Amino acid sequence: MTVATATIPAVREDYVEDVIRAGLIATAFWGVVAFAVGVYIALQLAFPELNLGLEWTTFGRLRPVHTSAAIFAFGGNALIATSFLVVQRTCHQRLFGGATPAWFVFWGYNFFIVMAALSYVLGYSQSKEYAEPEWYLDLWLTLVWVVYLVVYAGTLMTRREDHIYVANWFYLAFIITVAMLHIVNNLAIPVSWTGARSYSVFSGVQDALIQWWYGHNAVGFFLTAGFLGMMYYFIPKAAERPVYSYRLSIIHFWALVFLYIWAGPHHLHYTALPDWAQTLGMTFSIMLWMPSWGGMINGLMTLSGAWDKLRTVPSLRFSVTAVGFYGMSTFEGPVMSIRQVNSLSHYTDWTIGHVHSGALGWVAFISFGALYYMVPVMWRRARLYSDRLVAWHFWIATLGIVLYITAMWVSGIMQGLMWRAYDELGFLQYAFVETVVAMHPFYVIRAMGGVLFLAGALIMVYNLWRTARGDERVEARPVALALRPAE
Amino acid sequence: MPTKIEKDSVTGTETTGHEWDGIKELNTPLPKWWIYTFYATIAFSLVYYVLYPSIPGIRGYFAGTLGYDQRIDVANDLAAAQQQHAPYVTRIGQASLDDIKADPQLYTFASTGGRIAFNNNCAGCHQVGGAGAKGYPNLADDDWIWGGKVEEIIQTIRHGVRSADADTRQNAMPRFGLDGMLKRNEIDDVANYVLSLSGAKHDAAAAGRGAPIYAEQCVACHGEKGVGNPEVGAPRLSDGIWLYGGDLKSVTESIASARAGMMPSWGERLDEATIKMLAVYVHGLGGGK
Repeated sequence: MTVATATIPAVREDYVEDVIRAGLIATAFWGVVAFAVGVYIALQLAFPELNLGLEWTTFGRLRPVHTSAAIFAFGGNALIATSFLVVQRTCHQRLFGGATPAWFVFWGYNFFIVMAALSYVLGYSQSKEYAEPEWYLDLWLTLVWVVYLVVYAGTLMTRREDHIYVANWFYLAFIITVAMLHIVNNLAIPVSWTGARSYSVFSGVQDALIQWWYGHNAVGFFLTAGFLGMMYYFIPKAAERPVYSYRLSIIHFWALVFLYIWAGPHHLHYTALPDWAQTLGMTFSIMLWMPSWGGMINGLMTLSGAWDKLRTVPSLRFSVTAVGFYGMSTFEGPVMSIRQVNSLSHYTDWTIGHVHSGALGWVAFISFGALYYMVPVMWRRARLYSDRLVAWHFWIATLGIVLYITAMWVSGIMQGLMWRAYDELGFLQYAFVETVVAMHPFYVIRAMGGVLFLAGALIMVYNLWRTARGDERVEARPVALALRPAE
Repeated sequence: MPTKIEKDSVTGTETTGHEWDGIKELNTPLPKWWIYTFYATIAFSLVYYVLYPSIPGIRGYFAGTLGYDQRIDVANDLAAAQQQHAPYVTRIGQASLDDIKADPQLYTFASTGGRIAFNNNCAGCHQVGGAGAKGYPNLADDDWIWGGKVEEIIQTIRHGVRSADADTRQNAMPRFGLDGMLKRNEIDDVANYVLSLSGAKHDAAAAGRGAPIYAEQCVACHGEKGVGNPEVGAPRLSDGIWLYGGDLKSVTESIASARAGMMPSWGERLDEATIKMLAVYVHGLGGGK
């Protein structure tokens, strides 16, 4: 027997799909917002006058707008939309509860995002990185998230397949763990019921540890597990190939979720956190290397026998490059978690570069791949408006990422070395302000990288909009070759 | 869907027999290099636990066989740095500027330490190199508002200017315009006279009218011909060096509303040796008296 790759499985007519279409539009919209704000604050770092001297447009207030827009608005909408599609199609079942709770999740989540962004601009923040919204917004998000969990888990429990497909494990781990992280890290006592301010129930180094337990697992479960779920559906679908290894998917899933949850203390090397807890964070980060790469192997090797599809399936180029960046940043992460490396890298731009090779290279690219795949499917179009525009998007965005992360590597390592340089008399060689001056050119290069990434996203939005409208550009498209068995 | 194990024609590997929305899975074994590298990272961690602080207990934690402790490490580093600096610091504390200048080694130490302290604490306002900016005096020229001798510079650094320090340097130029002490045209005339003192572009007739007003209102602090008086922090007006700009508009503004810039006191933030090194460095920037 051979694996049939051309059969199109029956699509149940009653799948909930309007909310997915809305989610795709929201994803594209928030992506552009996140990238635009990112470019703006990157330019502010190079040219501070661009903060316009207004409190609402200062770096301190716009930075959480950028990070929340990128992670929660762009990434979150992408995850919710794709998870609704994946869970229905791989369970062969309509969303639990039908369209209404799904719409509540969509509007409730996006309302949260708008309110959060407004509150940052107006100066409201509980000063926890990636958890800036104050208590009243946290309560609202908790409600939305519980409904999301009920919809998702309910669909899994009423599935019409015997087994649960691997993508759903990852999505479910993402939903459950994010709920736990969100609730614990945001435990706070409001100053008053009518005021927006609150005090965290944790203090001192305990607060720092809870914050980075949250922060690192936001990376681990929001930006990794969720998007691995995305990868496990869209790569085999687009490549029309079976997943490389079921066994690897089990082992790396459980190893990943078990190890990730302990890795947070590596954000607190050389702080008041006790040495033994730092050791814990560091070693669990190192042990996380192979479980992370298990996902990369399964993503890349699923293409064996179908690499030619990179030429003919436009979305796949993004998905596969995303997996490459995923592999790179999940190697870089364990390296940076090693105490001695961290003593150089911590507090420098290297960290920013590392985050962006994950955020731009992995999260955004895997989402772009899913968008290019889903829009024709969801709007019932035979193909994208233009494959050539996808290629333009791909190369412009890739160049942007390369500029961004290489600039941050050079700038960050230079910064770290300048901070620790002593002269022969035992005085610091450089003052802080001199390191800032030295970083200026790299800030400019980084902003240019961001401009390219934004330009690529705008090309994508245009392409997807024309696709949804049903237009097709007249252009030569690569023709697929027949699959050949291995020698 | 019933389990149906198939053989993939491309790789020759069997599937698990399940299918979801057209997606199947191969039953490929774990890659050997992957699992062994995974084991290696676990082994590395176990060794690390033996060497470094690791397993916590109820009342403490296993300290590791290497005796690693960040707090002890940083205390040792600080002690070593202090020891390296100690002989110089003691001598700087006792020496006068002339003594320091006479000893090249000591002078190099003081100005090097002063430079880094300056760039980390002072350059935000006075700029790297001490060139200053509008409202922040240039420290590399020989125009000193509060005096350019080392002792005077130390006094300014330690107590600040119009700071919260009890011994702060303090003066208050009257706000001739805001407080209605001079009429608009009188301020204009004085401003022209002030500009004439340094030979800057001015209206001679207005300057002539301004001279008696200057003699009445300004001369007590700024002196005849605008020579200034560092004793009371009255800037020299005759040298063409301007803290807030030397055009007619800026000078008029200074007379009308006074400026009253502020410098923090550093006596509580920096130790005595650092303040002295800062003074030596600033003194050496070009214009020390």
